[in-house]
Amino acid sequence: MQEVNWIALTIFVLLFGLITWLGFAAAHWRKGNLDMLHEWGLGGRRFGTVITWFLVGGDVYTAYTFIAIPALAFGAGAVAFFAVPYTIIIYPLMFLIFRRLWNVCSKHGYITAGDFVKGRFGNRWLALAVTITGIVATMPYIALQLVGLQVVIGALGISGTGLMADLPLFLAFVILAAFTYSSGLRAPASIAIVKDILIYITAIAAVIIIPYELGGFGKIFSAVPAQKLLLAVPGPNTTGSYSGYATLALGSALALFLYPHSLTGILSASSGRVIRRNAAMLPGYTFMLGLLALFGFFVIASGVDKLPQYAAGFKQFGNNFAVPALLLHSFPAWFAGVAFAAIGIGALVPAAIMSIAAANLYTRNIHREFINRNPTDKQESHVAKLTSLIVKGGALIFILFVPTQYAVQLQLLGGIWIIQTLPPVMLGAYTRWFNSWALLLGWAAGTFAGTWMAYAVKLTNTYPLHIGEHTFPGYSAVYSVVLNLLVAIVLTPVFNAFAATKPHADQTVAADYQA
Amino acid sequence: MNTEKKRGGWSWWYLLFVIQFAVALWPPLYNRAEPYLFGIPFFYWFQLLWVIVSAVFTAIVYFSVEE
Repeated sequence: MQEVNWIALTIFVLLFGLITWLGFAAAHWRKGNLDMLHEWGLGGRRFGTVITWFLVGGDVYTAYTFIAIPALAFGAGAVAFFAVPYTIIIYPLMFLIFRRLWNVCSKHGYITAGDFVKGRFGNRWLALAVTITGIVATMPYIALQLVGLQVVIGALGISGTGLMADLPLFLAFVILAAFTYSSGLRAPASIAIVKDILIYITAIAAVIIIPYELGGFGKIFSAVPAQKLLLAVPGPNTTGSYSGYATLALGSALALFLYPHSLTGILSASSGRVIRRNAAMLPGYTFMLGLLALFGFFVIASGVDKLPQYAAGFKQFGNNFAVPALLLHSFPAWFAGVAFAAIGIGALVPAAIMSIAAANLYTRNIHREFINRNPTDKQESHVAKLTSLIVKGGALIFILFVPTQYAVQLQLLGGIWIIQTLPPVMLGAYTRWFNSWALLLGWAAGTFAGTWMAYAVKLTNTYPLHIGEHTFPGYSAVYSVVLNLLVAIVLTPVFNAFAATKPHADQTVAADYQA
Repeated sequence: MNTEKKRGGWSWWYLLFVIQFAVALWPPLYNRAEPYLFGIPFFYWFQLLWVIVSAVFTAIVYFSVEE
C-alpha cells in the first residue's frame, strides 16, 4: 500500500491513455450529427449485435460489481452467488419485454422511459415521477462506480493527503466527462470493447492460475468456513435465507432494466432482432460473473486479508479491497496493472452511459416538458451535454465529501425506488388497462413503503415480512412493488368510474410493439 | 389487446423461460454441497451450469420464434 507499484501504474496509465484516445475518436465512428439528441444520446440507434453486446455488458457488469460481488462472497459467503440467478433471469425479460419497448420507442422516437410513459398514458405527471425516480436512482450508482475506481487507484499504491489523494480520481473524471461531452454514447460503446477484452483476460487468467497456485478448487473450498459455504437452511415457520436469496435475485433482475442506463443501452440497438439475439448471447457475462464471485473464496483460501502489506488497504476500503489484494498477491506487477485497468475502465463505461441516460431524461422529460417546450435539435442536445457534466460533477463531489457507506445505502434505496416504475414501463409495454393516476398513486405507495421497509431493517436488503405465524424474509423492492401493483389494480376501476371523460391519449397502437 | 396478442404471438417455446426462472429462483433445489465437481460444491457448479442451460434455452426460443 505504502509504495507506489510503478510497473502496474505504468500499464494502468498506458491503457487509460488508449481509451482516452478511443473515447474522443469515437465521435467520428459511424458518424452522425451530434447536435441531435438521438445521435448524441443513443448513438443514432445504429449499434448492431456485437456492439450492443458490449454496451449492455458494460451496463450490467460494472466495476462495482467486480469489486463488490467477490467482496460479498469473501465476507458473507454463498449469498453473494445470488448474482448468478439474478443475471440468469434478466435475459428472458429482455427477450420478451424490451424487444417490444425497442419497437415502440423506435417508431415514435422515444429516447427515455419518461417519453414512453408520456406517450402511452398521456399523463405528464406520471412521466415526471418515472423521470425523477430514474435520475435519483442513477446518481448513487454513478458514485459507486467511482468507489470501484478509488479502490484500484489505492491498490496501485497511490496515496496522499488532502487534495492530492483525490487527484487521480479527479483526473479520471475529467477525462470521462470530456469524451462523454464530445462523443456521447459512441464513447462508452467503443471503450466497452477494450474493457471487456481486458476483463475477460483477467478473469480467465485468474480462474486458471489462482486455483493452481492455491492447490486446486478442493483446497480452496475446504478453506471456506462451513457457514459461508451454503445458504443457512431455514428454521421452522420461516422461509429464511431461501426467500431472501430468491427475492434478491428476482428484485435485482426486475430493477436492472428499469434503470435508465440499461434502457439507453437497449434503445441504441439497431433493431428488435439485435435485442433478442443479445438476450441469448449475454449470459456469457453471467458465467464470468459467477467465476468472479468465486474470487471471494480465493481470497479466503489465500489468506491475503491477513498479510501485513495489505492491512492498510483493507482498513481503508474494507472487504472491497479483497479482489485488488488477491490480484496483487497472485500476479506479477504488469498483469496486476492490466487487471486494475480493466476494473478502472469498467467504472468509466457505465458511469458514462449512466450520465448520458440521466441527461436524456432531464432534457426530454423535465426541460422540454416544463421549461422550454419547443427547443431546436441543437438546443436540446446542448442541454443534454451540459446535464451530463452536472450529473458527473455531482457524483464526484458526493464521493469526495460524503462517506462511501452513504453511496452504498443510497444505491440500495435506488434499487427499491427504480423498481416502482415497473407497472407503467414494463406492464405498459403490454397493456394500457391501468389508469394513469392509479399508477401514480401505486408508485407513491410503493416508494414510501419500500423506503420505510429499508429503514426498518437499518438499510439492509432483506425485510422480514410477517404473515400470521410465518416469516418471509425478502428483498424490500419485491414486497414494495407488489404493494404498488395492488394499489394500481384496485384504484384503476375506481378512477375510471369517477373520471367524467375517459382520458385516452395513447399515442401508440398495438402494431407499434411488433417488429 | 386481442389483435395485439394474436400478432405478438404466444409461443409454447416460452415455457422454457418458465423452467429457467423456476429453477433459478428455487434455492432448496441446489443448496447443498454434494456432489462435488472438481472440488467445487454442487451449489456453485449447478448454478454455473444453469447459466449455460439458460443460454441454450434462450437460443432455442430465439430460433423458433424468429421467422
